[in-house]
Amino acid sequence: MKYENYIKLEFPSNSCNEAMARSAAGVFAAQMDPTMEELGDIKTAVSEAVTNCIVHAYPDCIGKILMRCRILEGNKLEIVIRDWGKGIEDIEQARAPLFSTGSQERSGMGFTIMESFMDKMTIRSRPGEGTTVVLSRTLPRRGRSR
Amino acid sequence: MELKTECSSGYLFIRMKGELDHHAAKMTLQGIESAIDRFLPRHCALEMSGLSFMDSSGIAVILRAKRRVGTGGGDLILLDPSPQVWRVLTASGVDRLVPVKIREGRIAK
Repeated sequence: MKYENYIKLEFPSNSCNEAMARSAAGVFAAQMDPTMEELGDIKTAVSEAVTNCIVHAYPDCIGKILMRCRILEGNKLEIVIRDWGKGIEDIEQARAPLFSTGSQERSGMGFTIMESFMDKMTIRSRPGEGTTVVLSRTLPRRGRSR
Repeated sequence: MELKTECSSGYLFIRMKGELDHHAAKMTLQGIESAIDRFLPRHCALEMSGLSFMDSSGIAVILRAKRRVGTGGGDLILLDPSPQVWRVLTASGVDRLVPVKIREGRIAK
């Protein structure tokens, strides 16, 4: 697929990296001239995806998380967040609002928020091998020149 | 996350400043719950204008704070969320479980 620009970021599943990952995605997306609301949506979706890796993929250890952001043709932002952790047994169940295998500190709304804040969300996962979440959102072109 | 509490005549205001994500959630909840336990307020408000970011980790914090205030017969409201926080509150439906008030001249939706 043709892309206009990309970044790849690899980091350990420490919770302090949640803010770093969403800020990096926000800084990358800023070149697409998003509105404040669009930028907030993108950062929120990334925060949810990275938190899932930290809480669910690697519940008892620190593992590797990879984030790749690309600008595709048609001003489409694609964000891939991948881990090599536990994986998801039942993806449909995981996507359902309020479902959570986490502790009481989790709301079970992560996938619901990712889905409603982005145009499209796909999840690929295999138990024991990890999970890949692909988020995409097309932003209107606002007369920028490159 | 920074919390500042102020209590007078049964009203407890908890001003939140910073970003509320999974990393900050545990400490934030502990701070809120200990303020509720200390003052046992009739009415508790989480003042959110200084909250520059919140994700679904914040939802769990809000719902647990509501339960904690409710145990002592009190109620919880959310005050002046920023547009990003408001989006998360409405997308998750929390605005239907906990009243949200945006005061005149404060941050617009």
